Amino acid sequence: MSWVLVALLVWAAGWALNVWLARRSEMRAVRIVVPVIFGLTLLAMWEALVRGFGVSPIILPPPSVVAQTFAASTDILWVDFQQTVVKGALRGFFIGTFAAFVTAILIDRSQFLTRGLLPIGNFVAALPIVGIAPILVSWFGFDWQSKAAVVVVMVFFPILVNTVQGLREASAMQRDLMRTYAAGYWQTLIKLRLPAAMPFVFNGLKIATTLALIGAIVAEYFGSPTRGMGFRISTGVGSLSIDLVWAEIVVAALAGTAFYGTVAFVERLVTFWHPSQRG
Amino acid sequence: MRSVLPVLTVLAVLVGIWYLAVAPMNVRVALDQAERAGDVITPEGSVPRRAVSVWRLMIDNADHVALGYALDRPRLPTPQQVGQELWKTTGAMIQRGRPMSKRGLIYHGWITLQSTLWGFLLGTTLGILGAVAIVYSRTAQLSLMPWAIISQTIPIVALAPMIIVLSSQIGVEGRGLPKAIISAYLCFFPVLVGMVKGLRAPLPAQLDLLKTYNASGLQSFLRLRLPASLPYLFTSLKIGIAAALVGTIVGELPTGAISGLGARILIGDQFGTPLAIWSALFAAAILAGGLVTLLDLVQRLTLKRMGLA
Repeated sequence: MSWVLVALLVWAAGWALNVWLARRSEMRAVRIVVPVIFGLTLLAMWEALVRGFGVSPIILPPPSVVAQTFAASTDILWVDFQQTVVKGALRGFFIGTFAAFVTAILIDRSQFLTRGLLPIGNFVAALPIVGIAPILVSWFGFDWQSKAAVVVVMVFFPILVNTVQGLREASAMQRDLMRTYAAGYWQTLIKLRLPAAMPFVFNGLKIATTLALIGAIVAEYFGSPTRGMGFRISTGVGSLSIDLVWAEIVVAALAGTAFYGTVAFVERLVTFWHPSQRG
Repeated sequence: MRSVLPVLTVLAVLVGIWYLAVAPMNVRVALDQAERAGDVITPEGSVPRRAVSVWRLMIDNADHVALGYALDRPRLPTPQQVGQELWKTTGAMIQRGRPMSKRGLIYHGWITLQSTLWGFLLGTTLGILGAVAIVYSRTAQLSLMPWAIISQTIPIVALAPMIIVLSSQIGVEGRGLPKAIISAYLCFFPVLVGMVKGLRAPLPAQLDLLKTYNASGLQSFLRLRLPASLPYLFTSLKIGIAAALVGTIVGELPTGAISGLGARILIGDQFGTPLAIWSALFAAAILAGGLVTLLDLVQRLTLKRMGLA
């Protein structure tokens, strides 16, 4: 029972510390320290509760065991990371983004196509496209190509819809100004409309980062070479090496956060002029 | 309304492309079958044919291309085949008086719908409670908000098998609860973000007015913040229910479930029956479309009555 008491104490102490910190100044450090303390509190409670209730490590290993497994099997995790994230998710993400971007610029030239494709794109973006994974795995084989294909299909529509909407963002006034400069279609596109569309494009890209990892991992449940995060998770659950599964989940979480963070960082560089970035 | 014609045109073009794509996708399987049935195919044997491109095969065996449109196990079924399979597993079941048969998609759709709605309910409740906490407590805002964002960058599919194993070890019967938890995980974030925006939507002047009325915190929440947040709430609910359906299907996919639309996709994959996969996919799409449309309708009615639309 003492561990349960420790968990409660840790929670109370962490929260009290956060309350105290939140009342302090508006310093930037507070914005980072408070969520970190919150996260550490949760981890400490997990550890204490698992020990307190004597939960079998086959059901839920404590974070310390997960950390040990992580450190001990970095080679496996690295191979899986390369297979799933670098080969499957990233390649699919770039192909899908490029395809959606080009399609958006092409259909933007026609009012008719834009009005026809936007509702369909919005609808498709809301569909459970992950279900297409088994079909694409049977078309493109077990290796990373099928994973990239699933990712392409999943990221295509959110980016397409956002880019098309963004391309409409430049106001009539701004477009008139470009015309008084005697700018042609391509000049207007590159100097005015694409930059104006960037906040929307990055909105789509951020949604796509999460989808890319989901697609790459799900596709591996339907067949993969004997490496990859999805493969390791599904076999790990079967063979009760749950600590390795949690280590993969940590890798997935780190990869997802890093991917999202990178896109958000590029967004800051590209759309530095936008009000939402200047705060 | 003026976008009906463009949408229909684009749809027609997409269906046309689909029909055209069936021929090259299925030509190899069709030729193999025709050869086994005794027809003469130009490069003989399926192994030498692998070196030949599909276009060459289609030109050389032009009279056998049509076979690709009527295969039992096509690589890519025609829209017509998918429609027939859909009808066979839904409408025809009703006609025979067994709408809830386990061989039909209505039963599996119902299983998926139940989990989706439970997950939606759970996720929406958590999202709204979280938003209230974030709006009223600075500590909660600083602690919760970054983690809510990070939680969405963690691919839930990695966690899904763990959630299912965990809940079965704890002794939860059936898959309803774990699937609902996965749905809720995907669904709570859009609701949280939308509600935080919505609850902060009232202008300082409006909040000040309520203060001059000597309104309590609860009163200003019920009379001002909550109504002001409704337009935001509905927008997020529409995203949330679509995400909840994705969550349920993901929860059914990887782990050997036997009922639900995701399980139909899985079983169709294991037994090599593409038509079952495609019809389950379309059933899921119809379900998603129906749910979003329903919420859209509720949104319009509510906002109209409140004078916001």
